[in-house]
Amino acid sequence: MAEAVVRIEGLRKTFVDLEVIRGVDLDVHKAEVVVICGRSGSGKSTLLRCVNFLEEPTAGTIEVAGMKLGPGLPTRTRRDQIRALRMHAGMVFQDFQLFPHMTAIGNVMEGPVTVKKMEKEEARSQAMRYLEQVGLADKAEQHPIRLSGGQKQRVAIARALAMEPDVILFDEPTSALDPELTGEVLAVMKSLSTDFHKTMMVVTHEMAFAREVADRVIFFHNGVILEEGPPDEIFAAPQFDETKRFFQAVL
Amino acid sequence: MTTPSWMEALALKSASIPFRRKLVIVWAVIFGVMGVVFALARFDTDWMRRNFLFIATGLRTTVFIAVAAIILAIVLALLGALGRLSKNPIAFGLTGFYTSFFRGTPLIVQMFLIYFALPQMGRAGPDWLGDLLILDAVPAGILALGLNYGAYMTEIFRAGIQSVSGGQTEAAGAIGMNYAQTMRRVVLPQAIRVIIPPTGNEFIAMMKDTALVSFLGATASQLEVFRKAQLLGRADNRNLEAFIVSALLYWGLTTVFTYFQGKLERRMGTGYTREGQPVRKAAAHG
Repeated sequence: MAEAVVRIEGLRKTFVDLEVIRGVDLDVHKAEVVVICGRSGSGKSTLLRCVNFLEEPTAGTIEVAGMKLGPGLPTRTRRDQIRALRMHAGMVFQDFQLFPHMTAIGNVMEGPVTVKKMEKEEARSQAMRYLEQVGLADKAEQHPIRLSGGQKQRVAIARALAMEPDVILFDEPTSALDPELTGEVLAVMKSLSTDFHKTMMVVTHEMAFAREVADRVIFFHNGVILEEGPPDEIFAAPQFDETKRFFQAVL
Repeated sequence: MTTPSWMEALALKSASIPFRRKLVIVWAVIFGVMGVVFALARFDTDWMRRNFLFIATGLRTTVFIAVAAIILAIVLALLGALGRLSKNPIAFGLTGFYTSFFRGTPLIVQMFLIYFALPQMGRAGPDWLGDLLILDAVPAGILALGLNYGAYMTEIFRAGIQSVSGGQTEAAGAIGMNYAQTMRRVVLPQAIRVIIPPTGNEFIAMMKDTALVSFLGATASQLEVFRKAQLLGRADNRNLEAFIVSALLYWGLTTVFTYFQGKLERRMGTGYTREGQPVRKAAAHG
């Protein structure tokens, strides 16, 4: 088995008095695509957001690209550690969150230039390659407001790629899109896996995508991994009633 | 009962006159009445004409005070807003004290504290401190105006920063930006759209409040409009003329800036890009 890029051990997350994640252990291996599905409110997005510490875990550890972090006080050192970890875990949000005051290429260059202190010219040509990869080289100088939802999300993917992360976290990347625009985003995501062998964790309801691209599908329920397996197996023969009912509803 | 026909005639006539023309007539009547009143009060237009320029040169100091104070206020408001939004108890507490004190006390009291009371405090300390705390009227006025308006503008800046969605901060954090980078590159460039229009209003209000500096007895080289008017009006016993001139100067100044402020506000309202491309045109593509 290839090395684990992401290793989650004993993860718990409590919001005030509601325990959203109740003990999760999960390894994601290099070049693996893990699709996490489950009913809304099951905690699947929180799980993903814990991986890059957009949510602070209550207990347990997260290891990304060899950097291991648990809960802790927000000291300067810890903030530095979280930032270092985040540079290895790119994220694509449901609502894109492109920077509206920057052009598409400006969005993609921002991380390399501001965070990695890359030369502007180098960052620009690199950003152009990533925009080409998501099929939007011709939109490089446009501001997000002039892009469609699908185009925005593809720029957001290029922005995540530009940091050259070890894993990309997708938090319901097509949920905010009109149905006819999901295809272009899913096609880009598929190509990241098949052509570029990216490691990906994807929270989504797109089961066709899971069947086609995922190496492993996780069914998340009430804050725990209820069931997991290769898409063919888990879709064909789910073990639990909850899983069965969920797949009946979404497949 | 029949109404007098001249009133009907006037009402009918009135309906056919455009609103703007009526407005011109109203203003003309106001100035006409004022002219008559001033003439009855023996308003000395000759004196006014002779001394207008002397008072008007005070605009330089007036505008200088306002510009310097608004720059100070912007810096303080930015720091104040970051403090009010901070989870750090020291930053939050300090800025809380700052805004509470400077919004809760009269501007003129703050000016007097800085100009008259600080030197007294300085006498208690070492010489170098005493020298530092003795301020000229204009620097003291700038300091007081800057501190006071900065406290009010803290609220404007805080609202501007909060108008940028938390998702933007998360997106910046997700590519590894720290707090300063997130503020400088992502949050503030977007917040500025919300901040600039009300800051323009504060600047216009502040230009009028510079008149308070006259109470600190500015030295001859730094006389601002109102101080000049006071001195000249008292010397020639022409208070009406002198203060009317100063009022007209402030009025003219604020009118000019309000005009540009309106233009700026309309521009900020439509543009969403740093280059100022209008959104209406852009939205057609989305």
